[in-house]
Order: sequence, then structure tokens, then C-alpha cells
Amino acid sequence: MEIEGLERIISEHPFFAKMEKSFLDIVVGCAKNVRFEAGQYLFHEGEGADQFYLVRHGRLALQITSPGRGALTFQTLGEGEIVGISWLIPPYRWAYDAKALELTRAIAMDAACLRGKCEADHDLGYDMMKRFMPVLIQRLQAMRMQILDVYGTHA
Amino acid sequence: MSAADPMLPRVARVRRRRRDGPDVWTLDVDPPEGFTYTPGQFNMLTAFGVGEAPISMSGDCAKTGRLIHTIRAVGAVSSALTRLGPGDAVGVRGPFGVGWPMEVAAGHDVVVVAGGLGLAPVRPALYRLLTERSRYGKVALLYGTRRPEEILFRAELEEWRRRLDIQIEVTVDHAIGDWYGNVGVATTLIPRARFDPVNTIAIVCGPEIMMRFASVALRDAGVAPGSIYLSMERSMKCAIGFCGHCQFGPVFVCKDGPVFPYEKISRLLSMREI
Repeated sequence: MEIEGLERIISEHPFFAKMEKSFLDIVVGCAKNVRFEAGQYLFHEGEGADQFYLVRHGRLALQITSPGRGALTFQTLGEGEIVGISWLIPPYRWAYDAKALELTRAIAMDAACLRGKCEADHDLGYDMMKRFMPVLIQRLQAMRMQILDVYGTHA
Repeated sequence: MSAADPMLPRVARVRRRRRDGPDVWTLDVDPPEGFTYTPGQFNMLTAFGVGEAPISMSGDCAKTGRLIHTIRAVGAVSSALTRLGPGDAVGVRGPFGVGWPMEVAAGHDVVVVAGGLGLAPVRPALYRLLTERSRYGKVALLYGTRRPEEILFRAELEEWRRRLDIQIEVTVDHAIGDWYGNVGVATTLIPRARFDPVNTIAIVCGPEIMMRFASVALRDAGVAPGSIYLSMERSMKCAIGFCGHCQFGPVFVCKDGPVFPYEKISRLLSMREI
């Protein structure tokens, strides 16, 4: 029942939309339900990036802490979005903190499990890459706009 | 535009001045007699002895006894305008230009995407949408700015958010401290907005880079290029299409705009030479 429930949840998440059933069956084996209270951290900068998350409900902030300035939030994420990219490339270490701003329910994907399955089945790996690339590009472009500081008086 | 000489400013008096941001001030001016305008139009305001600058109206067109302009102090003229206080004289030429497509939008969902001070020129459109709410479908305001301290018209946004007939989404580029709202660029709000893309008019105003990316994101969401309207900013001087300062390819921003359909200017937006 647990696996069936997870399969439905994962297949309905926008990140895994229209994924082939055979791939979904593999992905579900690396997934589990998780829950974070408001203020709880999903992970901290420097820790091993051994999971990534599909947000089901709630909101969370990606932050970098700077001495004397506190936590600088550079992105918030919510329902239907994914958290965590660092699990894709060595050394698999988080480059920022992720903190739940409110009660957040998510699916945690075991990164080592998924990496192993992608290595074993390159069709699955290619499918996953096609899903992650748009997210990476969108976030890169958004970051570019943030760096440009378009609302400054020079704009 | 008034029947009088369009190059001759009419003298008006500042009634009130309010600070709306670190370097942003809103002037409430007693309008010249008979002054009316439509959402998205602009005036040329004169700070006497300093110069003249194009400033969009940011108030409610329906309140004909009030003329509201929201100004960021960036140059000599705009800084002088923001220093005007109650009773001070200000020159007014206008209204000029083609405004937001409020009649075209009737019967459609309306998505307003505003960035930074770009919320000021769209505020008259928002007043119209809310005043004549039944004429429009779903209405969403997606507003992005640099940081929480720079959110324009914050009290009004909070008031609108309490209404149940408009979706208000706000994001900032960066946040430190106790900000629990959204962080990310304005375009990230577009997928969260509730609208039917094939029946939507989009109103976009902000820095040009932000408008370019917002237009692309709206297109990606399914909104037709002809249904996306942008308010362009160029160096307007005469405001009546004579001087050519604001020429933007084959069009003059002051006379043919400042509001243009995206499909008319999309090619020009990516030209460095313009």
C-alpha cells in the first residue's frame, strides 16, 4: 500500500509528469515520504547531498548564511517544485541551507539509490536528465536576473 | 490630451507628498482644470528651474480631483520633483500616450506582471480592474522587487490580498531576516498564477530586461504575443512625436506607446542598436 501510494504521489508530481510506468516503478523504490515542521532544516551547507526532495505541500527557503548578515534567502520553493541539485554531481555536497518556512510535506529521493539505477539503466538516466535540465536552466536564468539587479537605478 | 498648446506646461500645486520607498516618493497634485487620463498614460512634469521628465500616473483615473505620480529620485529632475512639498508648483503637460488595453481586456482573464517601480504605472489599471471587477475574468497581480524594504504600495497590496477576487503574489530578489514571503525573480510567479492562457490579457511593466523575460515566460505559459502588453521607457522629451528622442525603431514611445503589444515590438527588444 505504501509503495502504491508513493507511486501515485510521484506520478502526480509535476517533476515526474508523464514518466513511463517502468521508470516510475524504479524511481518509487528510492522514495519515501518526509515531513518538516516550520523552522526545521532539510539540510545544511556542507552536508552530504544524499537526497533530493519533491515538494508536495508547504514552502521552504534556500539560504546562505553570511557572518554578520545572517541568513540570506535567495530562493523560495513550494508545491510542485524540487529541492536539491547537488546530489547530481560529485562531491555530492549541499552548497546552501534549506529551511521549511511552514509545515512542508515532501517526497525524499535517495540520491545514491537513484544514481545507481540511472547508471544501470541509461534510458532512465537520460529521462532524469531531461527532467532536471529545464529546472537547472530556469534557475540559472533566474539567478542571472538576480545578479543583474534589474531593479537598481542603473537598470 | 488638452486642447491647449501641448508644449506649454500648466501650473499645478502639490497637495501632499508621501514616501513610498527608500528613494521613491508619491506626489498628490491638484490637477489642472478638466484633466482626465486613462490607465498607462504619462505626464511630462516640470520641476521649475531644473527640467522636465516623463512620469506615469499612478493613481485612480476615476478620482478626477487627484493627480498622483510616483517618482524615484534618480537624476536631477526626478530628484527635484521628489523634493516638492505641499503648495509647491509643478508643471504638468499631458496626459500623453497610449495606455493599457482596458477595453480589450474586458471579458478576459488579466495577469499583471510588475517589477520594481513598474508597479506605479500599472496601479491605475489595477484600480480599474477592481472597480469594474465584473467586467473581467480572473485577475492576478504578480509583483517582484529587489528586497522587502522596497515593496511599493505595501499597505495597498495587503489590502487587495484580503479581497477574494484577485490573486496577489509578491516576490523579492533577496531577503535577509524575518521575510517569510517569496524569494526569486518575478517570472517565477507566472506558473503560480491562475489564468486561462488562451483567454488572457497580460499587462507587463518594469525594467526592460524583466519585461523581456516575463514576456517569454508568459508565452511559454500559452499567452499569445498579441495579448501581452508592455510599457516601454525611452528618453521622452516633447511627448508628442516631434523631437525623435524616444524613437524606438519605427515607432515613437511617447506617441505610439508607451504601451505596446509584445508582438509589435518583440523583434526590437533584442536589438542592441535601438
